[in-house]
Order: sequence, then C-alpha cells, then structure tokens
Amino acid sequence: MRKPEKLLLAWVCLLCGLAAAQPLDPALLTKPLGESWPTYSGDYSGKRYSSLTQINPSNVRNLTLAWVSKVTPGPGGRTITGGEGSLDGSVFGGANIRASILEVNGTLYFSMPDNAWAADARDGHELWHYFWKTRGGTHIGNRGLGMWGNWLYMETPDDYLICLDARTGKERWHKEIANFNQQYFSTMAPVVIGNHVIVGTGNDLDEPGYAQARDPETGDVQWTFYTVPTKTGDAGLETWGSLDGAKHGAGNVWIPGSYDPETHLYIFGTGNPTPAYTNPASRAGDNLYTCSIVAVNVDTGKMAWYYQVNPHDTHDWDSTETPVLVDGEFNGKPRKMVVHADRNGYFYTLDRLTGEHLITGKFSRAANWAKEINGKGQPIRNPEKDSIVPGSLVSPNNGGATNWPPPSYSPDTGLFYVPTNEAYAMYYLTETDPRGAMGLGGKEEDGLGTLGSYLTAIDYKTGKVVWSHRYPGTGGSLGNGILTTAGKLLFAGDLGGNLVAYDPANGKILWHTHLGQVSNAPETYSLDQHQYILVAAGDTLYAFTLY
Amino acid sequence: MTKRVPSAAILFPIILAAQAVAQSPPVFPQRSPAAPAVVARGAALYSVHCNFCHGSDARGGEGGPNLLRSELVLNDQKGELMFPVVENGRGEMPKINLTRGQVSDIAAFVHSFEVGGYDVSRMVPLSILVGDAKAGEAVFKARCASCHSAMGDLKGIALKIPDPKALQNNFLMPTRSGRVGSVLNVPATTVTVTDGAGRKAEGTLLRIDDFIVTLRNADGEQQTFRRDGDDPKVEIHDPLKAHRDLLPVYTDREIHDLTAYLVTLK
Repeated sequence: MRKPEKLLLAWVCLLCGLAAAQPLDPALLTKPLGESWPTYSGDYSGKRYSSLTQINPSNVRNLTLAWVSKVTPGPGGRTITGGEGSLDGSVFGGANIRASILEVNGTLYFSMPDNAWAADARDGHELWHYFWKTRGGTHIGNRGLGMWGNWLYMETPDDYLICLDARTGKERWHKEIANFNQQYFSTMAPVVIGNHVIVGTGNDLDEPGYAQARDPETGDVQWTFYTVPTKTGDAGLETWGSLDGAKHGAGNVWIPGSYDPETHLYIFGTGNPTPAYTNPASRAGDNLYTCSIVAVNVDTGKMAWYYQVNPHDTHDWDSTETPVLVDGEFNGKPRKMVVHADRNGYFYTLDRLTGEHLITGKFSRAANWAKEINGKGQPIRNPEKDSIVPGSLVSPNNGGATNWPPPSYSPDTGLFYVPTNEAYAMYYLTETDPRGAMGLGGKEEDGLGTLGSYLTAIDYKTGKVVWSHRYPGTGGSLGNGILTTAGKLLFAGDLGGNLVAYDPANGKILWHTHLGQVSNAPETYSLDQHQYILVAAGDTLYAFTLY
Repeated sequence: MTKRVPSAAILFPIILAAQAVAQSPPVFPQRSPAAPAVVARGAALYSVHCNFCHGSDARGGEGGPNLLRSELVLNDQKGELMFPVVENGRGEMPKINLTRGQVSDIAAFVHSFEVGGYDVSRMVPLSILVGDAKAGEAVFKARCASCHSAMGDLKGIALKIPDPKALQNNFLMPTRSGRVGSVLNVPATTVTVTDGAGRKAEGTLLRIDDFIVTLRNADGEQQTFRRDGDDPKVEIHDPLKAHRDLLPVYTDREIHDLTAYLVTLK
C-alpha cells in the first residue's frame, strides 16, 4: 500500500471510530448520575438515582417505545472472536442480559458471559460484537463492563480480564486474574477508579476471595486485598479455627463496590465463608472478613475499616449486595453513611468514614435464623437453624431475602429501595463428617415456597420498612433491580414480566408495559434532549422515551 | 495453556440444552483418568504414608490439611509439585522417603477424586427420623386436625410416600407436581373476579400481576381481565394457605415429631 492510501485509510478509520464512539471523560465518573451511564451503578455512589427529570409523574403515562434490539451471543457473522479455550460458551447459561449497560457519548456497551457488544443508543443497532472462546468455568452471569478512555474491560468465566477498544471491539490484551485450576470463575463488572481497574472473582471450592486493582493500560496488578487471612500474622486470623481453614474460607468479591472520592475509600461487600453449610473446627469463629462491608484505600489496597454484617454465616448468604453511599441527616446532624440490605434479611446503616455501626433493621419479617442482635448491631446465628440431619425450617432460602440485583436510594424521599422475598426452605445436612464438605456441598435444600415477594422501601435513619408493594399471587422470586430519578419516579421490573414506574414516595403504580420478562435493573440516559429508559429482557434491549 | 477439551465439556452442552436453565454446571479442568493399575499402586502407597494425616479420602485427617482443595494439589498434574514437598517436608510434615515415580502414583490416586463442592457420592442417605411420634400426634391434633384426619384423607399416607424426607417436605408444603404430587392430588389455586356490577367469574388461577388476571373457567375457557387497582375485585383462594400460614409458626421440634407420627400412618 502506498503512503497516501495508508494515510487516507487511517483518516477513514479515525472518522469511523469517532462516529462509533468517543472516549469516556473520567470527570464524568465523579459527577452525579445524569446524561450518561459510565460505570456499573451509573455513578460511584451506588444509588442508581439519576438527576434526569424530563420523564416525571406528569408525563410518564405517555412513555413509549423508542426502539427494540435483539442480540445473538456466540461466534458467527461479523463477530470478533478471541479466547484461550475451545468451547463455544454461547450454549452456556442461555442468552440473558443481567448486566448493567454503559451509555457513553451515544453508545451502549453491554455483556453476557463471554460476549460484549456496542450498540447505538439512538436506535439500538449493533456496532460490534466480541465473543470469547472459553476454557469453561461457571457461566452463571456477567455483571457488566468497565470503561477508561477508549478502553473497555470485561471479566470472563474462565478468569481473564479482557481489554477491548471501545471504538472497534478489537481486543487489546487479556490477562489471567485468577487461577482456573482452583475453580475460580469471574463475573464481576470491572470498576475503573482513577488509574485503577478493580476486579473480583467467584469461587465455590474454598479458595480465598480477593479484590484486586490492575493498571488500565497494561492489566498489570497494582494491589491485591485478600478478604480472608492467607498467612500467619494476617489480621483476622484469630476469628478462624486454623490458618488452613482461613485461607480456604472464601469471602469472594463478585459485585462492584461503591467509591467515595473525598476519602479515596472503595467500599464493597464480601461473600460467604466456606464450607458454606457446615462447621468444621477449622472455621470456628466469626470468619473475618467474610460477609462484611470492607473499605479499602483505592490507591494502596489497605483496609481502612470493616463491619461484619453476618458473623460465621452458615447459609451461603453472600454480603456482596451493593453498599450505597448516602449523604444525609442522622440524629439531627449531617452524616456521611453507607447503607446495605443483606441477603440475610437485615438492613444496616454505617458511618462510611469510620465504619461505625448506626442502625440494624429487619426488612424480612420471615427471617428466623438469628437468636439475637448483639451490641455491635450484628444478628447472631441460632446454631439450631444451621443445616441439620433431620432438617431445619429456615427463612430466607438460599436465594436470600434479597440478592445482588441492584437496590436504589432516592435523596428526594430519603428511602432505600430493594427487591425482597420471604421464602422458606428445609436445610438438611448430608455430610456429617466435619472434615468432609467443601464449597457449597454437604447439604440439601428443599424449597417450601414464599409468604410473598415485594418491592420494599426502607428508611435508612430507622432501618424500618416504610412501605412495601407485594407482587400478587402465591409464588415469588426476586426482582432484577431498581432505578430512581429526580423526576420523582422509580422503575423496576415486576415478577409478571412488566416494566413498571412507581411513585417512590408510596409505591403507587404510574405506568407499565408488558415485555414478557425483565432481566436487569432499568437505567436511564439522555440524548438529543430526549430522556430514555433502558431495560434488558433476556436477549433483547428495550428503550422508551417521550415524543 | 492446555487446548485439550475436557471430556465433561463434551457432555455438558447436551445436558444443558435439555435443561434450558439459566445456570450451567461448572466445567473446570479435569485430568485424564490414570490407568487403574497406577491408581491402585498410588492408593496402596497413600494408605501407608499419607492416610493418617490427610485422611483416607484426602479431605484431611489428624493434623494434615484437605488435599483436594489445596492450591498446590489443584495445580499439580502428575506429582511434579507434590514431589518436592514429599522429598523435603513442609511445616509440620516430615520428609518421606519416596521416589519420584511413587509420588507420581500417589498423585494419580489423589487426582482420582472428584473435586467440587457437590459430590453426590458423599450424599449418603441419613435417617431424618429423630422425633417422638406421640408428641407428634399431639402436634397433629393442634395444627393439622382441623383439615386432615389420620383415619380419613391421610390414611396410609406413609405407604403412599414412603420416604420420610419427602413426607416431611410435603406436609410442610404439599407439592402439586411429580410422583408425590399425583399422590397428594392438591387442588389448584382458584380465583374469583367480581366487576362493579357484581358479575362474577371463577376458575383456576393461571396468571396474575398488578395489571392482568387470567383464569380457566369450568368450561375450560381462558378468561383474562384487565386490573386497575381494586377494579375488578380479585379474590385468590389458595388451598395451601393454612400450610403457608404455619411456616412462621412451627418449631423444628414440632416438625420432627410430626414426621415421626406421620410415618406411622401405614
């Protein structure tokens, strides 16, 4: 190719790139959530509260479909293919977008396990599709992408962090972030803070959990924070029966945390200890820092404080649910707080500068596993409600009173919103040898149905439920997450496959449309002076707007 | 980096297609099984040199850790990582005089165990019958007798549902499907829809949310009604309501006693 042709091609490529996507301005990430959706929770606070007001109670009844876009995972067509494995992972897990979707400069970026897409935010047409041929691993879900300038980041079930060029979908590099032989699998949405890409992983075989920061240009490790003690002298070792128990104690980090730019604290929830359902002598004690809210300095990875919401969990109730940063009044004084609704059925308000406990509330009336709340505000388990050979009747079921689907907080109402379920199960111990169980093994859980599923609104000042909307019927499960807006609206999918707009003050229904299913938490963005509501339903995206 | 397709990976897509569930079984690295003679040699050596500390099932024993979840063992292929530990000792573990080939055989034995949280081979059936039948009879009179009778509808229930665990789960919340469901023959949830003029429609509840209710009436027709708050009036008749209402009430002791009583109804 001659030089002028090369130059022309370079210009054409550049123009294509500009038309397709523009880099993410990092300043956007510290602003309140508004026109764009540049990170997992929209902004770093985890509130999923948008400042957009164009759609509001006076006009939401006119909300109408702007576009529909269906995607096909797997190889084929113009798909860009990468990967270290030989498995066509598109057959795993079904085609289901459960992830957060990024919206940056008119382009949407979203994912399923092993798959990433860019689509035009104005009409949903596909700009590119990237597919990763996997080595295997647990394909339970992918929580979304992270972005830094022109680069996108995705975790894979077989433990790679992939960096893609957001303009083209071409891979820049991939790095292994966890040991596949140890049965780690990776689902977390990477979160970009400054020049750190924060990653986390999952594991169902007793291997230690960690959060890790990586260089956004190279993918090299900057720091690793293990959530359990892994060597003699590590803090928290006294809360385990043995070092071998501690370093096989899990506490995996698989949902992004929140970030406080003032204090540089990255605040996240940790998973359950393992073996999850049994009590070997090696895990006697509280099992720090599993089932905890942990604050680390994002530049150093050093822990500033922790609060364990569920000491010595015995029901696989991860505490990874998003911790949400709230600036508000507490006991008549302004306070910087972090709030968290846990899979175990309890709600917590903490001071986010110090980790000081302020409130514990019980949002699931059915939860029956704790015998008391101790002086630190921690529910203490009743050992009789562990898995036992003749069976114990316990609520929540393993799915939890809530789970990772995102909650929301509206500063307009001062209320925290969370999908909840009051399900019961019989927990039978099937492994009586205390050495025997690993990971999630050693028990059989038989579901017994639910007293009801709800959209629940909690007052962070008291921990009390202010209102709840019960989904009709006798069945139940958890909703897929919540959005609130300064337009005084709350959007959430219900259990009947409707996308519904509620009044966040009282739960009154203002608008709905039946999509058949809603598979992620609704989001919002603004383009060309139009506010859009975006939601995923399996393999299809739907966007709504006002005309 | 291995490019080998694990044997399990060939099977899983077929299983998955049949299940069509949102969650797939894990497909983690599997080693090719060693020859039975090699595993047998390794087992014999293991029983002499390793068993006491690490347990006959390699899940830990007197002082020695569980080998199956050990980082070193998980990364080991044919004893190459295990041999230096055996040769030199580590921590409280003394050095053991074994050749490289012998350790390779032991590795083949250790690697022959399935590695995962769920291992059905360890789920031995345990008797869940710990309750007191006489106390259970009293619980039955207090909690169940307003709807059920040991000599009436539940006569011979322990013959129809011989597995005590299935019996226990089903008195807590009777199932409508499967083999036990067909034994129990639980009536369906029904619904009555009444409009502003007092006209009623009744039938089996097929679907309900805040906006729609669908029923199948006595003629087998599906009828769908738009819902707007309390208009029309919708009353759900859940035949399992009494069972549901008892879930927050039972103690585990009552449940176990009740099971001990119900297994006597033969």
